Amino acid sequence: MTLAIEALNVEKHYGALHALAGVSLSVAEGEFFGLLGPNGAGKTTLISIIAGLARASAGQVRVMGADVITDYRRARRMLGVVPQELVFDPFFTVRETLRIQSGYYGLRNNDVWIDEVIHHLDLGAKADANMRTLSGGMKRRVLVAQALVHRPPVIVLDEPTAGVDVELRQGLWQFIRRLNRDGHTIVLTTHYLEEAEELCDRIAMLKAGRVVALDSTRNLLETFSGLVLKLRLDRETLPEGLAAQVLSSEGGRFALRLRDHGGLEQVLRRLREAGATIRELELEPPDLEEVFLRVMRKH
Amino acid sequence: MTGFPTLLYKELLRFWKVSFQTVAAPVLMALLYLIVFAYALEGRMRVYDQVSYAQFLVPGLVMMSVLQNAFANSSSSLIQSKITGNVVFMLLPPISYIEFFGAYVLASMIRGLLVGAGVLAVTVWFVELRVVAPLWVLAYALLGAAILGALGLIAGIWADKFDQIAAFQNFVILPLTFLSGVFYSIRSLPEFWQKVSHLNPFFYMIDGFRYGFFGISDVPPLASLAVVAVSFVLLSAACLWMLRSGYKLRQ
Repeated sequence: MTLAIEALNVEKHYGALHALAGVSLSVAEGEFFGLLGPNGAGKTTLISIIAGLARASAGQVRVMGADVITDYRRARRMLGVVPQELVFDPFFTVRETLRIQSGYYGLRNNDVWIDEVIHHLDLGAKADANMRTLSGGMKRRVLVAQALVHRPPVIVLDEPTAGVDVELRQGLWQFIRRLNRDGHTIVLTTHYLEEAEELCDRIAMLKAGRVVALDSTRNLLETFSGLVLKLRLDRETLPEGLAAQVLSSEGGRFALRLRDHGGLEQVLRRLREAGATIRELELEPPDLEEVFLRVMRKH
Repeated sequence: MTGFPTLLYKELLRFWKVSFQTVAAPVLMALLYLIVFAYALEGRMRVYDQVSYAQFLVPGLVMMSVLQNAFANSSSSLIQSKITGNVVFMLLPPISYIEFFGAYVLASMIRGLLVGAGVLAVTVWFVELRVVAPLWVLAYALLGAAILGALGLIAGIWADKFDQIAAFQNFVILPLTFLSGVFYSIRSLPEFWQKVSHLNPFFYMIDGFRYGFFGISDVPPLASLAVVAVSFVLLSAACLWMLRSGYKLRQ
């Protein structure tokens, strides 16, 4: 199977700064892949190298099997990138912008697809408005539309929802999900971890230019996070043997860490043996934010 | 060739949308130069026999407009794209460095020639002009515009802010065009300054262009053409090298 993106030992130096220190990862065709990490971890640098906006100091990157340097024409045709910055050309209207962008990929009569993209991104009312007159959210949609004009099989979104209101964010994700269902590979960087958790099949976490975690979202959540059991009892002390699992306790309310769902049975058994009555019980699912923080602390 | 026609179209549309500023204003400026200098100096200066000062001035003003506007087009377009960040839209698609160079330089040439034609069209109402060798006129206009288009592109790639482009324009392009014999023949200068003028490539562009109108020049037109052609080849090579290496465009 062709890999949508393949990065092998990618390094990038800016003078003394080691922005990427040997990153290797691959994204399969059709995947929804998340690239997470704190600011300065190297996410945008890696995306820039994949897109040909920056050149790697060492290593190789391929998009749909095409090397981004030696076979750059094919690699770039396969890739659509939504940049992080809200950039636009103030000279043109939305439709002109999209026609020009199509032309850059050698597509002359692309109006049918342009109309479809305009429709799906709800840009119809602004199609003939100058880019300068658009709100931030609208400009963001045009950026997405620009990345899609040449129907690339691989789409990279660099923080597409930064500063975007809830309604647009939901609409955008619906559209991106549809693209993913239609077979497009999606690579996403975001600071909103709940978004990544909800959308991504697999996640790579970067820190200081290195991959510090790379697994399916489910595995990451299970390996690192476990479950949190919240209890309210008829007493203020827990039975012996549960102390090691306590995260917090306050006036009969306790939070306990469980490795998995099987751990619940054990806790319930100890409570039963001690004759404790449970007044409230809540089991919280694993959370990517906690996984993220733990991974970042560990490395 | 995939992106070239579109990039050219975009560059043309860009300046055409603000044609008052990019075409009409420089034509008006050249006309004002003509009125002020021609009336102020008419009768006091005679460069060639049989050619009045106003007649002498017109080709120089036309060529100066061609050169300055060709430079302004590529340099301002690229620096604007770099500063606003929309240069990324041209860097993401599969556009080769040769297409990039070709589109920017050709668009600059078209703007330069359009302004030059505008200046000529306006000034012929005031000054009677003949064209002895139109092919020389065309050759110099095309090459001159191409040189300045390439130079503008180099400046646009190199500069990080508008200020640097303005400095390039005011401290390099403007002095070189003004001191190239637009308003006078370099033969009227002291010998030392004549020699200095011969080091200025703009002098050959203006002098050769003027030859096409009057059939007279300070330097044989073929020699000027050689200087101009070599300048074009060198600047293009430098510019293509910058684009190919990704200098200041691809980190």
